[in-house]
Amino acid sequence: MGLSAAAPPWGAPGLLLTIALHLAIYLHPAQAWAPVHRDYCVLGAGPAGLQMAYFLQRAGRDYMVFERAPVPGSFFTRYPRHRKLISINKRYTGKANAEFNLRHDWNSLLSHDPRLLFRHYSDAYYPDASDMVRYLSDFAERLGLHVLYNTTVAHVTVNKDRGAWNGHYFILTDHRGQAYQCSVLLVATGLSVPNRVDFPGSEYVDGYESMSVDPKDFEGQNVLILGRGNSAFETAENIFGVTNFIHMLSRSRVRLSWATHYVGDLRAINNGLLDTYQLKSLDGLLESDLTDLAIVKDHKGKFHITLKLFVEEFFNQSSEAIPLPQDNNDNFAMRVAYDRVIRCLGWKFDFSIFSKSLRLSSGSELSEKYPLVRASYESKGSRGLFILGTASHSVDYRKSAGGFIHGFRYTVRAVHRLLEQRHHSVAWPSTEHPITHLASAIIRRINEASGLYQMFSVLADVVLLKENATTFEYLEEFPMQMLAQLETITGRRARHGLFVINMEYGRNYSGPDKDVFFSDRSVGHMEDAWLSNFLHPVIYYYRHLPTEQEVRFRPAGWPLPRPSALHHVVEDFLTDWTAPVGHILPLRRFLENCLDTDLRSFYAESCFLFALTHQKLPPFCQQGYLRTQGLVGTESLRQHGVESGLLWDSATMGQHQGASDQQPGDHGPGGHSLAPGPPVSPFNSNKEEL
Amino acid sequence: MTSSRFSVFRAGISFVMMCIFYTSAVDSPELSPQTFFSTLQPGKATLVYFCQAESPRTSMFLEELNEAAKPLQDYGISVAKVNCVTEETSKYCGSEKDLMKAYLFRGNIPLREFPTDTLFDVDAIVAHVLFALLFNEVKYITTLGDLQNIENALKGKRNIAFSYVRAIGTPEHRAVMEAAFVYGTTYQFVLTTEIALLQSIGPEDIEYPHLYFFYCKPVLDLTQPCRRILMKESLTTLNIHRFIKTMEAPLLTEVAGDPRQVSTVHLQLGLPLVFIVGQQATYEADRTTAEWVAWRLLGKAGVLLLLRDSSEVDIPQDTNVIVRRAEEDTQVEFLALSHIDLIVFHLESTMNIEEMVKYEDMEELNIEIQDDEVEETVYRDRKKQLPLELTVELTEETFHATVTASDSIVLFYAGWQAVSMAFLQSYIDVAVKLKGTSTMLLARVNCADWSHVCTKQNVTEFPVVKMYKEGQNPVSYSGMLGTEDLLRFIQLNRISCPVNITSVQEAEEYLNGELYKDLVSYSSMSVLGLFSPTMTRAKEEFTEAGSYLKGYVTTGIYSQEDVLRLSSKYTVTLPALLLARHKEGKIESIPLVNVHVQDIVQIITNASLETFPEITVENLPTYLRLQKPLLILFSDGGIDLQHEKTILRLAKKKYLDSVTPCWLNLKKTPVGRGVLQAYFGTLPPLPLLVVVNLHSGGRVFAFPSDQAVTKQNLLLWLKKLEAGLESPIKVLPAQEWKPPLPAYDFLSMMDAAASEHLAQKVPECIKETDMHESDKEQPDDKSATTEESIGTLKMKHSSRSSWFEETKKPLRHDNQEL
Repeated sequence: MGLSAAAPPWGAPGLLLTIALHLAIYLHPAQAWAPVHRDYCVLGAGPAGLQMAYFLQRAGRDYMVFERAPVPGSFFTRYPRHRKLISINKRYTGKANAEFNLRHDWNSLLSHDPRLLFRHYSDAYYPDASDMVRYLSDFAERLGLHVLYNTTVAHVTVNKDRGAWNGHYFILTDHRGQAYQCSVLLVATGLSVPNRVDFPGSEYVDGYESMSVDPKDFEGQNVLILGRGNSAFETAENIFGVTNFIHMLSRSRVRLSWATHYVGDLRAINNGLLDTYQLKSLDGLLESDLTDLAIVKDHKGKFHITLKLFVEEFFNQSSEAIPLPQDNNDNFAMRVAYDRVIRCLGWKFDFSIFSKSLRLSSGSELSEKYPLVRASYESKGSRGLFILGTASHSVDYRKSAGGFIHGFRYTVRAVHRLLEQRHHSVAWPSTEHPITHLASAIIRRINEASGLYQMFSVLADVVLLKENATTFEYLEEFPMQMLAQLETITGRRARHGLFVINMEYGRNYSGPDKDVFFSDRSVGHMEDAWLSNFLHPVIYYYRHLPTEQEVRFRPAGWPLPRPSALHHVVEDFLTDWTAPVGHILPLRRFLENCLDTDLRSFYAESCFLFALTHQKLPPFCQQGYLRTQGLVGTESLRQHGVESGLLWDSATMGQHQGASDQQPGDHGPGGHSLAPGPPVSPFNSNKEEL
Repeated sequence: MTSSRFSVFRAGISFVMMCIFYTSAVDSPELSPQTFFSTLQPGKATLVYFCQAESPRTSMFLEELNEAAKPLQDYGISVAKVNCVTEETSKYCGSEKDLMKAYLFRGNIPLREFPTDTLFDVDAIVAHVLFALLFNEVKYITTLGDLQNIENALKGKRNIAFSYVRAIGTPEHRAVMEAAFVYGTTYQFVLTTEIALLQSIGPEDIEYPHLYFFYCKPVLDLTQPCRRILMKESLTTLNIHRFIKTMEAPLLTEVAGDPRQVSTVHLQLGLPLVFIVGQQATYEADRTTAEWVAWRLLGKAGVLLLLRDSSEVDIPQDTNVIVRRAEEDTQVEFLALSHIDLIVFHLESTMNIEEMVKYEDMEELNIEIQDDEVEETVYRDRKKQLPLELTVELTEETFHATVTASDSIVLFYAGWQAVSMAFLQSYIDVAVKLKGTSTMLLARVNCADWSHVCTKQNVTEFPVVKMYKEGQNPVSYSGMLGTEDLLRFIQLNRISCPVNITSVQEAEEYLNGELYKDLVSYSSMSVLGLFSPTMTRAKEEFTEAGSYLKGYVTTGIYSQEDVLRLSSKYTVTLPALLLARHKEGKIESIPLVNVHVQDIVQIITNASLETFPEITVENLPTYLRLQKPLLILFSDGGIDLQHEKTILRLAKKKYLDSVTPCWLNLKKTPVGRGVLQAYFGTLPPLPLLVVVNLHSGGRVFAFPSDQAVTKQNLLLWLKKLEAGLESPIKVLPAQEWKPPLPAYDFLSMMDAAASEHLAQKVPECIKETDMHESDKEQPDDKSATTEESIGTLKMKHSSRSSWFEETKKPLRHDNQEL
């Protein structure tokens, strides 16, 4: 007892010391050298990061989202500066179909929770950015997504390891020095670095990110805006009522989104300045290469536009000595002095945190601001590194919606499906149906699918035919440029031919200089469907899965290689492709001719007649009637059938003595009672393709 | 216009003649000017090309020219090339810039100059050269007035071959010119490229080339029009040749003797012969009929009048038409047709199969007309107001609450999907019949609106019917999509399956139908499983089988201590099944030995089949599963009891085990008439016994109508069938079900548009000759150029106009009958 009583006085400090030493020696190094492992690391808790987190969470995967800000979607806490989002929040479509309604909801992320639809967060058609912040926080919170806030990933590198899924781990180091080891890295950091143009005098320019948004600061001023995108016009929109005039200077002409059909181009909601320019109200647009320019500040603090050339020639001299273009050319357009110059040139991807070993490079000249990725959103340099969200837009820059929430929510899902197959052997989700349901399956999707509609010509549905084409598998929203790799990506077999269902605008209909209102722009007749201009479904049939070469060297202007047969569903003013004759009938004929079979539906009575008078039955009777699932019909329908001449009529029996095989009811194989004509040469016949 | 053009042409010749001294020319492959000049034979036509330098364009042209040499040779026209680089330059060589020219000489007289752009391929070369040479034989016209003038001038003298081609130099133009080369002296050829002219003649589809034969020679009264016959086939040399040959042949030939031996030019041309069978007594009327048919079939078949009295051949009594096909091995068909139209129809329906696919014919097949009976009937019925209120429409919000609150049947359909909309009508009929009587809630979900609800219920195709009962997994209905079957399913689902029977008394009531009186009409058979209380596994298996069959067959289970009372009564060892057939009032017992769920299901399913069922639309699939030939007794109304007895007796003695005996009531299943008609062509006298071997060979045999249906006769006949001694009255067609009609070939349309786009560039490149301001000097060339561009323009116009042609289309269809 005494011993035990005596021990504590020296024992306790010793223990404390030990703990302290232990902490100092082991714990701290553990933080730096033995990184925390996660199967999936997501950089950024913006819309794309959260969307990916949602899918990982639902699949029960080991993941973590890293976010430097204390809240999700921090971009939206400051941008857009004037707070008005130009992504539409269409709350009413007159339809109940939730999937269809997502076609007109540009802000919601995908989830199973109908409360997490953006229309519950704002009544405004063009909602306020703070509503987006609120929405994203709710999304992360309600779904319990694993987000590590206030964590800035300062450096990303790669560590070779044979045991890793991709042969290497991605090592993330945060601002505290904590390291994370990730099997798959999903970068959803968006575009965070403002684009700047370096020219003499660029220091006088206000940036969009820091300029004043108070119109009072611009009253009675001459303003020059650099740029011609939505941020430039949004800025102009805010102040053009109080300025003397606004001049807008950019390298190339303005691109109107309603002419280019690209939501990233200038939206009509921001185009007030075009109106005032063309209606001679002093504002104006100019095109010139910004890198040739220079800005000179005079003693009154006003800015003059001159050429870089002149500034370089006369460097070291006072600003007043630098020649101006109007010295020689007295009607030079920008000879007026400006009170303010504002730069609204957009953003680019932040490459700085990624180590060279990741080989993450920027895209081609056109999409320089984006990292280069494959059509599967995987980096070309490192396997297992995917770019999501706005930063992934190089895939469909100036074409589709992949740079925006209403587009990338679907591409993120596609990436997730790819990962599920690659690392967890969960094949791409699909449904299998008898072939007689093929037209219906396609009609359903082209009428409601939002992913096809938003990500037109990027994501496409794929129908994989099974042997003998009696059944098929339906896969949704596959990145169509990866068609050649379909089997590896989806884990499904494509050995017996396939259909690809895509949505397309007409060739030659979209472009900054196109008149989209010309009088013959719409096509009504299904025979002219291939001339449709507005977004419409296009179906490609391939007897064999195209090869990588075929996809890469496809004909110019084609989203896919030349198919064995092609079908356009004629454009529809209401985007409602359910007309029995206008839409469904031509589609059925196309499918029939590709598959070389008869896909009509028949009443049980007709199947009965065929069953007793033919050795073979059409697929609908085989797959329905013969399995005692025939369609019996009612008397009134039967009556219509007799009137139309399509159904067998007992009343007229015996009148056509002799012509036994040709009574109206018999439309057996080969007997075209309706429209006598030559036999059909199906697309499937092995005739040479061009 | 025509005459001015021709006079201009003559002036052109005189001009070229003045240039003759500058000629330096060559003969075939490549000759020096001197030799060329000497080889030119008077009257012989030569096409000469003067080439400056080799360029990709000239080499392409030369290739085409080389290829054209052979066909031109056939028309006695030689082809030559003069090399202007090696030889001294001549007038014909032209300057460096317009090096693309060819000249046509007759003897040493230059007839015509062609910019090589107009000679873009072999067809164009042949067409242009022949066109130039045959300018007298082929009159080019542009107005209806021109045509009428020619027609009037030739009445009583010559017949006319009038053709419309889309443009000069096209393959069809070549075909017409080649025909004109052969027949130009016999018939007056008239050519136009004016769509308006064609439109004023006939209402046909004007997008394609046409050829008409005008019978003007027999017209003596100048006020009468010439009879016009349109060639239906596409314009190829062979088709035109064949067509003109048939136009030349006598309209109607009278023959005597064996139709198998008769031969006319038609057979040689591959066309069938149609013999109209007449007799001396009605000669005049028969001849009129035959002539009428002959006009209808002109160009399609040869028509002959065969008098029955004069022919020694045995022609079946009711035959009025005999058809003999051109193919050697085909038999002569003896037909009894009630109407002239049927002859045409008969011929065309079979001819079409032989014809090759031609895109020209595509327009005639109307691929825009609905040929899906379900789609069409639902569409026609779209305005009907259904009493939808009898079923509850479920939404995303109400679905879950509803199906958990009460037992429900839910129909999943899509408003745009015809099959599910057709079934919706039957579903509403069920609701009408059940109104106020059922505890089952009838509900529906339109998946076009509530897509997510359907997906969550695993419904991805339509229609689907599911039954939701408290505490149970939803069950999908898998029966016929019709009122009766669904009603039965709902009614039989009122009791649990298998129902637990608690006493022997109750078991007897269950078996004689007293227990569930109102269900007897839905299930003609009740199944009772007998188990001793200890047979747990067997009971489980049976219970599972019972719930599998739930809604289709009534099942019950009895396993009280006193179960032996029942088993001994029905003399069966446990475990066992008792099958009570209510209609026949019979109870059958089957012992269950070591059986699993599937086996029990199989036993019950098989037991529910009848020995000699009345076959109906609904139950045929069930009997087809037996994979045996059907022995069908067709009966107009109820069955003849004597026959029934005979067959049942034979069946009982196992004589009919190789077939499925059944009977068909035409009153209840009127479509049976369609079956009979397919077998016999007409409705045979009933009742009638038929064996249909659907599963091997599709042969149909009819029991001889002159024999009575007795045991002996029937057995003998069946034996003969098995021995292969009877010949079938019909072999059912074994074709696969191919696409009923073609689809739009958008790929080809896109290709055509792309190549038209290219072709349009060609006329643009045509260089106007230096002297073009003086029409007299380069007349012919100029007119050819304008014709060509007009032709191209026209094509463009017609394809553009079809963009808004829909409104006109129905009108055109109505007029399609000539």
